[in-house]
Amino acid sequence: MFEIFASLGVALELIGGADPELWGIVLLSLKLSLASAVAGAAIGLPLGALIAVGTFPGRRALIVVLNALLGLPSVVVGLVVYLLLSRAGPLGEFGILFTPAAIVVAQTVLVVPIVAALARQAAEDAWGEYREQLTSLGVSRLRAVPTILWDTRFSLLTVVMAGFGRAASEVGAVMVVGGNIDGVTRVMTTAIALETSKGDLPLALGLGVVLIAVVLAINAGAFGIKEWSAKRHG
Amino acid sequence: MAEARPFQLEARGVSVVLGGVRALDGLDLVLEPGLRTVVLGPNGAGKSVLLRTLHGLIAPTAGTVSWSRPVRQAMVFQRPVMLRRSALANLRYALAVNGVTEPERTSRATAALARVGLEKIADRPARVLSGGEQQRLALARAWALRPGILFLDEPTASLDPGATAEVERVIASIAAEGTRLVMTTHNLGQARRLADEIVFIHAGRAAERTAADRFFDQPASNEARLFLQGELPWK
Repeated sequence: MFEIFASLGVALELIGGADPELWGIVLLSLKLSLASAVAGAAIGLPLGALIAVGTFPGRRALIVVLNALLGLPSVVVGLVVYLLLSRAGPLGEFGILFTPAAIVVAQTVLVVPIVAALARQAAEDAWGEYREQLTSLGVSRLRAVPTILWDTRFSLLTVVMAGFGRAASEVGAVMVVGGNIDGVTRVMTTAIALETSKGDLPLALGLGVVLIAVVLAINAGAFGIKEWSAKRHG
Repeated sequence: MAEARPFQLEARGVSVVLGGVRALDGLDLVLEPGLRTVVLGPNGAGKSVLLRTLHGLIAPTAGTVSWSRPVRQAMVFQRPVMLRRSALANLRYALAVNGVTEPERTSRATAALARVGLEKIADRPARVLSGGEQQRLALARAWALRPGILFLDEPTASLDPGATAEVERVIASIAAEGTRLVMTTHNLGQARRLADEIVFIHAGRAAERTAADRFFDQPASNEARLFLQGELPWK
C-alpha cells in the first residue's frame, strides 16, 4: 500500500516538474489520438447517419459488420493492420509500419465502428422526429444526411469524444503496429505497459494519471458544450 | 402569389393499412379547385392519414391519388419540426432544398417572416421559440415555397387561444392569395371560420362533402349528425 502512495508522489512530481520524457509521450499520444478521432469521425459520422436514414442494399449486413467490429479485440485489429502495412502487404509500399502514421491507421479502424454506431443512434432518433417534415419539404434521404448530422452536432461531439477516448486508451493494436519505439511511437498506454513490466511504477503511474485526467477533461468539456447548446438551441 | 391555374385532386378507392390497422378504407374524394376544405371526423377516423396520403407521405395500400396537373405542395403539422438553427435559416434551408438560389432565397425568407410577424426574431434559434411562434414559422416556411396547395394537420391543436387566433389569421390570408387549403381540426369554431366545404370522415371513408354553411345545420350523413350532437350537445 505504502509503495503505491510513494509511487504516486513521484508520479505527481514528474507531472508537476514538467518531466520532458513524460510530456513528450503525452503530447505524441494526444496528437495521434486526436488525428485518429478526426479521421474516425470523418468516416464514422456520415456512415452512421447514412445507415440511420438510408435504405440501400447491404444495409443490414453493414450494421452486423459494424457491430462485430465493436466487439473485436484490438490486438486482432492491430494484427490485420500490421499485415496490410508490412512490407509484403498490399499497403507495404507506403512504408509506414512502426511509424506514428501506422498508429493513426490502427486507431482509426478502432474508432470508426464506435463513432458510426453511436452516430447512427443519434441520427435515428433525429430522423424519427424529422422524417415527415423533411420529406414534406422535398428533402431526399441522401440530402437529409448532412442536415441530420448538423442538427445533432452537439450530441455528436460526445460521440467523437468517445472515439477519442477509445483511441487514447488503446494498447494492443498500437503496440503491434507502432512497436513502442522510444521517442517515435511510444505513447501513453504502451509506455505504461512497458514501464510497469520494467518495475518503473512512478513513470507508469504518472502517465496513468495524465491519461485519466485528459480523458476526463475532454469529456467534461464535451458535456458542458452539450448542456450549453441544449439551453441555447433547444 | 401561389400558382393560380386551377387543379383538381382526386382520391379513388384509397385504402391505407398501417401496422395492421385499416386507417382508410376505400375512400373516394374529389377536391375541386379554389375551395378551403376542412376535414372533420372523430378521433381515429383517418383524418391525419388522409392528409398524409394526399400529400404523398404515405403510399396507399390500394387505390390512387391523382392530380390534374403537377402542383407544388406544402404541409404544416400539429407539432412543427424546426431545425437547430435560426428562424431565418430554417426558411432559407427549405428554399435551398427546393432550388431557390440567392439572392431570391434570402429575400423570400425575409418576406415570409415578415408575413407572419416574426421578422424581429429572425436570428433567434427556432427551437426555443414558443409553440405559437414555431407554428407561425412553420406557416412562413410553407408559404415561402409558394405552394398551390397547403395541407394543415390540426395546426392549432397544441396552442393557446391567443396563438390560435394568430395562426388562423395567417392561414386565412394564405388562402386568400389563392393557395388551396386542406385542413383537419377538432375546433368546430375554427372549421366554421375557415372552411368553404366540410369533408366528414368516418371509419376510413368520406361520409360526406358538404358546403360549410350547410354542414353545421343540416349534415347530410347520419354519422356527421351524431358527431355534431356529441360535439355541440346544446344544439
